[in-house]
Amino acid sequence: MADLSALRSMNRLFYVLLAFGGLAALGGAYAVYMMEHHGHIISGMNNQIVWGMPHVFAIFLIVAASGVLNVASIGSVFGKAIYKARAPLASLLSIAMLSGGLAVLMLDLGRPDRIIVAATHYNLTSVFAWNVVLYSGMFSLVIVYLWTMMERRMNVFNKAAGLAVFVWRFVLTTGTGLIFAFLTARQAYGSALLPPMFIVLSFAWGLAVFHVVQAVIYVWNEKKLDPEILQRKKNLLGVFVIGSLYMVATYHFTNMYFAHQHGFELFILRDGGIYPNLFWWGYVVLGNVLPLLLIYAPGLGKSKCVMAAALLVVLGAFALLYVFIIGGQAYPLNIFPGYEVSSSFADGQIASYTPSIYEFLLGFGGLAIAFIITTVSVRVLNFMPQDKPYISD
Amino acid sequence: MSDTNTQRREFLKTSLGAAAVAIAPGMLLYSTANGKTEGASSQVRWGMLIDTTQCKPDCNDCVTACNTENGLSGGKSATDSQWIRKIEIKDVSNGRVTSLPMMCQHCEHPPCVDVCPTQASFKRADGIVLVDRHLCIGCRYCMMACPYKARSFVHETLTDQNPDVPRGKGTVEACSLCVHRIDKGQIPACAEACQNKAILFGNLNDTNSEIYNKVRSVASKQIRADLQLNTGVRYQGL
Repeated sequence: MADLSALRSMNRLFYVLLAFGGLAALGGAYAVYMMEHHGHIISGMNNQIVWGMPHVFAIFLIVAASGVLNVASIGSVFGKAIYKARAPLASLLSIAMLSGGLAVLMLDLGRPDRIIVAATHYNLTSVFAWNVVLYSGMFSLVIVYLWTMMERRMNVFNKAAGLAVFVWRFVLTTGTGLIFAFLTARQAYGSALLPPMFIVLSFAWGLAVFHVVQAVIYVWNEKKLDPEILQRKKNLLGVFVIGSLYMVATYHFTNMYFAHQHGFELFILRDGGIYPNLFWWGYVVLGNVLPLLLIYAPGLGKSKCVMAAALLVVLGAFALLYVFIIGGQAYPLNIFPGYEVSSSFADGQIASYTPSIYEFLLGFGGLAIAFIITTVSVRVLNFMPQDKPYISD
Repeated sequence: MSDTNTQRREFLKTSLGAAAVAIAPGMLLYSTANGKTEGASSQVRWGMLIDTTQCKPDCNDCVTACNTENGLSGGKSATDSQWIRKIEIKDVSNGRVTSLPMMCQHCEHPPCVDVCPTQASFKRADGIVLVDRHLCIGCRYCMMACPYKARSFVHETLTDQNPDVPRGKGTVEACSLCVHRIDKGQIPACAEACQNKAILFGNLNDTNSEIYNKVRSVASKQIRADLQLNTGVRYQGL
């Protein structure tokens, strides 16, 4: 009987979690209603900072949705057994985060009611329009990929589907990076380094999210992750974190080499108030140095340390995206190089931005959508990684 | 012929007649409303030459005229639309100060049109860059892409709109070169309002036009010429 009561309390906990997720999603819906009704005036965004907090959430979710598939790719494309066992969970997380991210992006539009126009009037030169195809294509491909894994008769197509997903997600994250890389006039963007930077960032962020969810599922099912597997996964996370830090450093170094970019780099890295603080403390220290210590320092690297490292990587991701998206717009657009500029439209001034509660509600609503999809799916379908006794391959 | 057949023919005839009577007024109204308007001509390239030496720092007449013409509030908060603005620029190397109006530069290769996912941002055959308010979904990507910060997003519900210049909450807007006036043979409100005649408007392709000849006789610049967008608005005296 003791077992039964434990089961009951787990059941209750599931519904409590679902209720929390539902409440957060409802908060997002409320924010959408308010922004639809009053306009973006109730957000913190304005004509200088045109993309704000919702975009930080949305881009995190979309980039992580692509990166989490790395786990699946290592399994399906490179044939590593311990990753293959985790491919269904990785695919589920990808679909969940993509749904959450796209929902936030879509619902932040000035006219979300017109979203169908994006399909009926397609502009071939717009990277946003390409992304409409890339995101929906990814969604469908990952569903097919899941099908080839979970339906025995479809298993024969698993390798092909895995390869297609592998290629598609690289193109997809390239597309996300290109959104910014194509903004030639803005100092913060317009760099060919951005697509590869986003790809490497996606590896780290996706794996961090995967690790957090996997750890929770193991605790929920009262199972323990094989220490050997944990060891390999934490090392991989460490490598990805180092890789992404390298890409971000390269992006700033190349900027610093160009004299016309000095002002912008000094703003982001030293003088810009909240932006350098978030960059150095949020991204570099909390999001990189500390996780690397937790992973690699002698005596650390145990299950709890890896969990903390993964959570910190996610936190660092938000800090970096805030600096990149908001800080990049806050620095004045250089319309007259070599001139000091002033006007009634904030020319030559650092733009100010204070995110409003509605932006956070919308962002957390997106996280909630991803959370609900994951929680319900893990409950009703078998996404628990099934490991054979670990043999190194 | 059987009775049934005759009846059926009668029924078909009556139905067709009734349908014609029902549709005809609608068709008539539609053709009246649309008229046979002439489309913009690609032989024309509308543009402006702005003489910054004639632009007075404390003068805001072009901005006021734009606001009145297009039904803008004239507010200067971070969420208010500003289709045209006065910018003071100071040369860092020698301290020379210049004042000039800045608005959509009506580029030949507009980045806003390239990035717009729904073709809401478009360039008319005569070079005017516009936003189709019915297609704009309010993603603001064009605002990110514009090198001149020429575009504004409508952040709140609008009242008292000018019927000639429909605007909409949740969509992006910018200087239309007063397209509604141009199509009536008038010049843009800002050019008309400038007392110092600093804004010269005309067809850059017309060899007989004043702007065509002036662009050839005086030194003028495109802002951010390095981006090679071939702007329709040029500046003299920079």
